[in-house]
Parts: sequence; C-alpha cells; structure tokens
Amino acid sequence: MVTQARRLPVPTFSGRLLDYVTPAFGTLLVVLLLVWLGVNLIKTPAEFYRLFLIGLTNGAIYGLVALGYSLVYGILELINFAHGDVFMLGGMLVATMVASFGLAGDSGIFLWSMILLMLVIVMAFCAAINTTIELVAYRRLRHAPRLAPLITAIGMSFILQNIALVWKGARPTSVDSILPRGEVFTIGGVAYTWDKLIVLLFTVPVLIVLMLLVQRTRQGKAMRATAQDRDASAMMGINVNRTISFTFFLAGALAGAAGLLYALYITNVRYDEGFRLGLIAFTAAVVGGIGNLPGAVLGGLVIAMIESFNNGLGWATPGSDWTQSIIFAILIIILVFRPEGLLGERTPEGG
Amino acid sequence: MSELLRLDVLRTQWNRLPRRVRAPAFPALVILLAFLYPYYREYLPDIPLFGAFPTVDTAVTMTIFIMMAIGLNIVVGYAGLLDLGYVAFYAVGAYTAAWFASPHFSESVGSKHFGSVGVNPDAAGFHVSIWIVIFIAAIFTAIIGVLIGLPTLRLRGDYLAIVTLGFGEIMPQIARNGDNLFSTGFNLTNGAQGINPIDPPGFGDTLERWFGLPSDYLTAENGINLFYWTALVLLLFTVFCSVRLRDSRLGRAWIAIREDEIAAAAMGVPLMRTKTWAYAAGAFFGGIAGAYYASFKSGTFPDDFFFNISIFILCMVILGGMGNVWGVILGGGFLAYLNQEGLGNIGAEINDTFGTNIDVPLYQFGIFGVILVLVMLFKPEGLIPSTRRKMEFEEGVEEPYLYDVRGAPE
Repeated sequence: MVTQARRLPVPTFSGRLLDYVTPAFGTLLVVLLLVWLGVNLIKTPAEFYRLFLIGLTNGAIYGLVALGYSLVYGILELINFAHGDVFMLGGMLVATMVASFGLAGDSGIFLWSMILLMLVIVMAFCAAINTTIELVAYRRLRHAPRLAPLITAIGMSFILQNIALVWKGARPTSVDSILPRGEVFTIGGVAYTWDKLIVLLFTVPVLIVLMLLVQRTRQGKAMRATAQDRDASAMMGINVNRTISFTFFLAGALAGAAGLLYALYITNVRYDEGFRLGLIAFTAAVVGGIGNLPGAVLGGLVIAMIESFNNGLGWATPGSDWTQSIIFAILIIILVFRPEGLLGERTPEGG
Repeated sequence: MSELLRLDVLRTQWNRLPRRVRAPAFPALVILLAFLYPYYREYLPDIPLFGAFPTVDTAVTMTIFIMMAIGLNIVVGYAGLLDLGYVAFYAVGAYTAAWFASPHFSESVGSKHFGSVGVNPDAAGFHVSIWIVIFIAAIFTAIIGVLIGLPTLRLRGDYLAIVTLGFGEIMPQIARNGDNLFSTGFNLTNGAQGINPIDPPGFGDTLERWFGLPSDYLTAENGINLFYWTALVLLLFTVFCSVRLRDSRLGRAWIAIREDEIAAAAMGVPLMRTKTWAYAAGAFFGGIAGAYYASFKSGTFPDDFFFNISIFILCMVILGGMGNVWGVILGGGFLAYLNQEGLGNIGAEINDTFGTNIDVPLYQFGIFGVILVLVMLFKPEGLIPSTRRKMEFEEGVEEPYLYDVRGAPE
C-alpha cells in the first residue's frame, strides 16, 4: 500500500479532450442560437413576440409533464415511458367532462368552479392511473436488471394508447373551447390572450405547491432520502414502497393538471399525442437536468421556445418539418456532452 | 403394443448414431420443411382460432422480420444494450437499395447499370444487381451503426435507449423531408411519396441461359416462391453468422459486458470497441433485411419506419428469449405472422362467434404492449430462454448507477 502514495496521472487523453471540446461546442451553439434569435427579432418583431408567447404557454405545459419524468427518474432511475400517455388520458377525460357537463358557452363563477372541479377530478384520475401502473408493472421488477422495467414501461405506454384508441377512436377528440380568448394586453402589436395567461396562472401555483411539498414536508423529505439511497432510508424507518407510490401519485397528478390545461388550451387530444409530447417533455427534463425539479420547468420552457421559434420564424429557420429532429438532436447532444443537464443536479435534493 | 416397441427400437438405434450425425438432424429437418413450405402449404389443415397457415407472401415478410429480430438480438440479447431505434438501420438498408436499384437518381447520374435485372438496359438512374446492393446496404448500414454508436455508446442503459430512440425518430423524419435537403433542391429520399419502383431480385438473362437460374423474380413463374427461398437463404446466413459470432471471442466479450461491465473491463475487454462491434453487427443484418424487403415490396416509404416498428422487433426478441437465436426465430415468426395475417384471422373468428364488430388489427400495438408487460413480469427470460440469460434474470444483475456516465471505463 506504500506505493499508492503518489497519484499517477490519468493515462487516457479522451476525458481531457472532451473537457476542452464540450464548453467550446456548447458556447458556439449558444452564440449561434442567440444570433439567430437576434436577427429574427430585428427582422420581424411582431412575429417574434407572438411565438415567444406561444412558447411560454407550451413551456408551462411541457414543464408540468417533464416534472413527472423528473420526479420518477429521481427516485427510481426509471424512464417512465407511460407518463406521457397518462397525461393524454387526462386530456381525454377532460374532453369527456367538458362535453357532458355542457360547459360550452358558460362563463363567470360557474365556469371557473367547474374548471377547478375538473382539475381536481383529472388530477385524482391520473394520479390513480400512475400509482396503479407502478404497483402492477414496476414494483415486481425493482430488483430485475434495469432494462426490464424500462421495457415494461414501453409496454404500458402502448397499452394506455390503445385504451384511448378504444375509448375515443383514432381521430383527434375535439374539446369545446371554454376558456375566454380576449386579450389581456398588447405587446409590440401582438395580443396576449386570456387562455395563455390562464395556463400560466394554473401552472405557477401548482409548481409552488410542489416545491413546498418536496422541500418542507416530512413526505418530501422521505422522497429526497429515498432518491438518495433507498436502502439507507429504509433503515431509517422510511416506508420506501409508500414513498415511491406517493412519488408516482404526485407525478400523475401533475400529468393530470397538464392534461387539463392542454385539452382546454389546444382544444383537441389524440390518442398518440401523449407519446409525442411525452418524448418532448422527457427531453425537457434531460435538458434541465433529470431529477432536478426547477430544471424540468426550465427545460420545458427552453424546448417549447425552440419548438415555437423553429415553427414560425422566417430567417434561416429549418421549419416545422424538422422540429422533432431538432428536439431529438438536442436530446442526443445534451446526453452525450452534458448528461447532467443545464442546471447540473441529478436528484430532487436541489429541490 | 408392437408399434410402441418398434418406436423404442428405433430410438435405441438412433441414439447409437454418432453425435455429429444426430446433432444437426433436427435443424436440417426444420430447414428442409421450411424450404418445402410452398409445396405442402395448401394441404395443411386450418388451426383453430388462427385459421389457415400463412401464405407464402406472408412467409417472406416473416422471414425478413426474423432476420431483423436476429440482428437486434445481437445488440439487445448478446451485448445487453437496449436499442429502441433499430428501425433506423432498417430504413438505411431500404433506402440504400432504393438509391442503387431504382430510377430515383435518373436526373443526376444518367443511366448507370451494373448487373441490372428486370429493367430496360438503358433505363435512367442507378441500376445495380440486387445481390450487390444487399452487400452495399449491409456495409453502409454497419458504418451508420458505428457512426451512431461512437458518440453514444459511452452512455449506459436507459440513456443509451433514449438516444437510440432519438435516432430512430430522426431517421424517418429525414426520409420524409429529404426531398429538398437544406433547401438546396437535392432530392435524397423523394419525401413522403417514397421511392419506387425498386428493381426486383434476379440473376439476369446470361445466368438464366447457362444455369437455368431465374432471370427476374417478378416475371418468373412462381416468383413468390423464389422470393421466399431467397429470404430463407439470407436468413440461414444470418442465423449462421449470429451463432458463430456468439461463440466467438467477440461474442463472449459481449456476454461478459452484458453481465458485468466493470468486471469485463477489468478482465481486459475493450468496452467501446466491443460495443461498437455489436452495433455494427446488428446494423449489418438490419441493412440486409431492409434492402431485401425494399426489393421485395419494390418500394420504400417513410411511413414504414415509425418508432412502433422498433418496438415490434424488440417485442419479437423479448418474447422469444433475449440472447437465444432459436427463441428469437420463433418469437419473430409468430409476431410477424400475427401482424400480417393472424390478428385479422383471429378478429374475424371472434366477430363471427360473438357477432361483434371489433377491428382487432387496429389494436395490434396494444396487444404487443400487453405481450411486453406480461413477458417482462412473468417470464423475463422469454419463451425459449438461453440458460445464461435466465440465470441473470433470476439472480439479478448488479448494475451500477447511471450517475458516473463520465467515469465509465473505456
């Protein structure tokens, strides 16, 4: 053991090379992005504001879904592929409720209390689905090789999609437009409409409650402990199974809230929408740093902005045909060069 | 009684034969039966619920999908790397066939022929013999596999799965939007219309005159049988390579990595190189299958390469038994059959019996999802498990956390 006193230099060069390449590459990308945005802002300011507002609204929804991925990944290190489909089922339920409550054309206190009621119902519904999935499909596999629960998650995703297919058919289910769409204020000649503001007004309190829950409550502490070390927390008297169930419950509730906002704002839901949006939201979670809760929201905003600007801007823009490819390219680049994401934390400890 | 006795005698006699005669007897019988399938198919009785045996046309598709499943099995089953974007390799193979054996590049290259079959001798575009095209496609796809693998294989487990999924989603989008790449007007993939017609396989007029080989499968008598037999030959080649690879030094390195990456690295297995070879080998067979399938369907379309197909092929590997070639053949054949004919037949049967009107094939992916979940929960080693893989699933494999992606030994 004496010979170990002197530390030998690491013989491989690849790690050090990457240390130089990554920041340079990252800086270059960010500079290019800023130039692209700047030129477009000068050329077509109105279009830029409009897309920014769309991105902001979508980002809130992506962030809510991404939080679900991040929570579950933080605690189980499992990519819950079925999460996007839970969100989609929530949207479907909202579509059904809006139609059966006959909310089209209503307004005032009645409408808002009904929307709040729907929010509670859909959050409970999605939370129940998500918890059931964990119980049925993931719990048995907790000690299996990691690929096993991942494959099960993909299977569950397909099952949920097909449940929606049986329930609503293959065409998009349209939701009656019940949110007010008048303008709140005008920025650079572009109206900021109420429906967009409402999405934010719902998202922000949900996020604050979630942060408080994870940061300040006993249950939140148990979650953070379980995420850090499952065995050690079991030894400290934490009911690990219940904590994991609770995490899935929370993630499902967030997906439900996102489902409500999505259904009311976009006004149609399709059975495979959850999978598509789920992948985008997962990318958002990775961009922000998976397991990091503020990171998930930040990632959601970033991805939604990129999507929105790419769909609409005119100068040197690949256009909406390539949006999906760009998002996945970002995912790949982040995973390869900076797997810890923008904010650089990997557990919900950072809160 | 006497009959039973005679069977007994037969068995004793059989057991006396040397092992090298007995061992290949069963595979040889299966291969023989497979080759003769077009001749006795019509005499086979209907199976309850499933209906008639698959047509030869379906059998070709089944064979091709089995090939892909075996290719994916190298990546997922041997090396234990979850690849959710295998369809990308299939797409690359199919589009390579389309570039080199169709009128697609007629404007840019004029008329370039090399052993072309079934087309006018001065038809425009690249027209290369399909046998060469399959080879080119396999090599090209393997190169793409290496290119995708090099940056991503440092990642472990589920991160790798997500990255491959990303590539699997990007590829069809390139295929769909590739008719005007970067607004330069360069038409690589002909966009949503896809590329067709692709030249059929065949041996050309000269070989037909000399050896009686069919000149062109499309116009030949019983052409579908020719397609089937060729697919079988390609499948045999794939199976042979797969089995030999598994038992080779490289194959043992794959299995070592699958079981314990760190121990394998400590034993001197070069992780990156070994994993990249797994990717290249898997992609190679995906390319062969893709090119042949494109030639069989005589066209290739971006809608054929959705994420669902990756999962479909993964489902074959998992149902059959990860790591076991025979299991994968069975799983692949069965699922491809279900997809092509089986579900339709079963649906018709159910609707007849109960007077319902359910479109069963519409829910195919829900059914595959159920299969994935049930297999993983109750028999994660698959229907015909490889003994080794079974042990891993029963005892559990300690896999390190994903955190130290950077620290992965290379």
